[in-house]
Amino acid sequence: MTDSLLIPIIMTIVGAATPILLAALGELVVEKSGVLNLGLEGMMLIGAVTGFAVTATTGYAPLGVVAAMIAAAASAGLFGFLTLTLTANQVATGLALTIFGIGLSALAGENYVGQTVDVFGSVFPAALSEHPVLRVIFGYSPLVYVSLLLVAAVSWFLRKSRGGLILRAVGESDLSAHSIGYSVIGVRYMAVLFGGAMAGIAGCFYSLVLTPMWAEQLTAGRGWIALALVVFAGWRPMRLLLGAYLFGAVMTLELHAKAAGFSLVAPEFLAAMPYLATIAVLAIISARKAGKSLAPACLGKPFKPSS
Amino acid sequence: MKTFTRRTMLKTTAAAGALPIIGSTAFAADPLKVAFVYLGPIGDHGWTYAHEQGRQDVIKKFGDKVATTIVENVSEGPDSERVIRRLAEDGNQLIFTTSFGYMNPTLKVAKRFKNVKFEHATGYQRAANMSSYNARFYEGRAVCGTIAGHMSKTGVAGYIASFPIPEVVMGINAFTLAARKVNPDFKTKVLWVSSWYDPAKEADAAKALIDQGSDVIAQHTDSPAALQTCEQRGLMAFGQAWDMSNFAPKAHLTAIVNRWGRYYEARIQQELDGKWESGDTWWGFKEGVLEMSPYNEAIPADVQAAAEATRTGIIDGSVNPFTGPIKDNTGKERLASGALGDGDLHKMDWYVEGVQS
Repeated sequence: MTDSLLIPIIMTIVGAATPILLAALGELVVEKSGVLNLGLEGMMLIGAVTGFAVTATTGYAPLGVVAAMIAAAASAGLFGFLTLTLTANQVATGLALTIFGIGLSALAGENYVGQTVDVFGSVFPAALSEHPVLRVIFGYSPLVYVSLLLVAAVSWFLRKSRGGLILRAVGESDLSAHSIGYSVIGVRYMAVLFGGAMAGIAGCFYSLVLTPMWAEQLTAGRGWIALALVVFAGWRPMRLLLGAYLFGAVMTLELHAKAAGFSLVAPEFLAAMPYLATIAVLAIISARKAGKSLAPACLGKPFKPSS
Repeated sequence: MKTFTRRTMLKTTAAAGALPIIGSTAFAADPLKVAFVYLGPIGDHGWTYAHEQGRQDVIKKFGDKVATTIVENVSEGPDSERVIRRLAEDGNQLIFTTSFGYMNPTLKVAKRFKNVKFEHATGYQRAANMSSYNARFYEGRAVCGTIAGHMSKTGVAGYIASFPIPEVVMGINAFTLAARKVNPDFKTKVLWVSSWYDPAKEADAAKALIDQGSDVIAQHTDSPAALQTCEQRGLMAFGQAWDMSNFAPKAHLTAIVNRWGRYYEARIQQELDGKWESGDTWWGFKEGVLEMSPYNEAIPADVQAAAEATRTGIIDGSVNPFTGPIKDNTGKERLASGALGDGDLHKMDWYVEGVQS
């Protein structure tokens, strides 16, 4: 592999990894608070269409990103109302949110099919962002740097801050947290809204950066990969970073290997690799579960203080 | 015209089921009821969009003589059988099912409704009241290949492909054969993405192919993502199913445009005349089911002329994209002289010389 190939490959890996990382990071916080939101894909699509529509109308991408965060967080709020306030089943509600997001984004995006916007690309001067070597550091959309900062921030929040401690307490033992006076439902609402906003950024990474357009089901199932990644990472932000880039690398190198004419294995097998890796990791984690489970103890269980 | 989504349609037809069937007696002045079953939304800007344009042509031509119904977003498999049966029960006389996966459901319904005529796109099953139809997309691929052969500086094209079925394989081969007629050393790198539609993956595939030396990209997948990538990198690409030039005004050289309206008009006319018969139709440029979208101004006049010569040659029969001698990519001679017949194309599972897969 020559140097001239290495840099574009790294840049493609970063592009493939970033949206998965963003969505998974949000979901990690949600799950740490004891809520399982399977609606990632739907929230990402709502974010993707909102981000695109606002950017196409105003011509200003950062505004599109903010709008995407708000719209996706609003859909997460709906999920929160159903599962936290009305204590509906989280798995069923999350799946419904995905189907809802697919349909709503298709409806909202109908008038935007066939339009394009400028790529929300690097904000560094061209001397850096288009430099043959330095672009590997400076050539990305601002959202890429934001995603890395957020990993560090979430990691710090969960481990070192008081708020993070409360969030984890709510996820590990909701009754104990409740009995010492913390609002379990309130904390979970905050986490769910944060997860929605993150999914919104992830969604508009597709519609503004990778493929600057809107088409139905633009994210093509990446939300499910992000969900698996949270488990893969054992609910730890730094491992999530590693996992997202590993997934990005597998997806990108698969394409490069095939384009280079490397055909020892069938292309269908290579395409299945990320999913096989997920199954393998899940199996390993489950096997270890006999010792100590990594999952938050209250994950997916509705909280009913009165009962 | 009535437009239904699948959901509202199931609701309204369920309500109608409680009433005695109205309108089953046909008067001479009644319009011919024609229905279309679509795989995607009509706004997909690709496959389903092209079929919808065909229906619009039908409405323009026949006006009050036809009443059309569409059902969008019908997934392939058992779900589609319910939708097709419902359309038949509703008194539609001619039903077009526009995706490969509707083949067996259409056949099942056709067996029960002997008086309704069915038309299935891109399949191979037929019955006395069920026809099949398809377009010779490979003819358009030959025109693209001619352009690629002239325009490529590296002599390497990238080809983003979905699934290795004969239709895709014959497109790759027609493209490569035409390009090698211009540049005998031309190579086509094929990258299978195992999906008809995955914009992010199609864009990444385009990047990988470009990084490995391709400077022109062709695709047999449905999104304009690869075109956008080529636009950003200042390279060239071909659109799919419809003119996609607004996504990539500089990169978009031309696109194969599917004009299903020509076929729909012909079949509906036959039905109105009482002359409809079951059969298998495979039309191309000559019958107007395929067109090329306007050539990009960046293509020099002599290259445009060469592309047009390929197209008009296919129409008048002087050019056949699959004319011998043809070698496959292992060096074996597949055809010494003459041309491959439709039967050979329908089961094509090998690549011509110059294809790297």
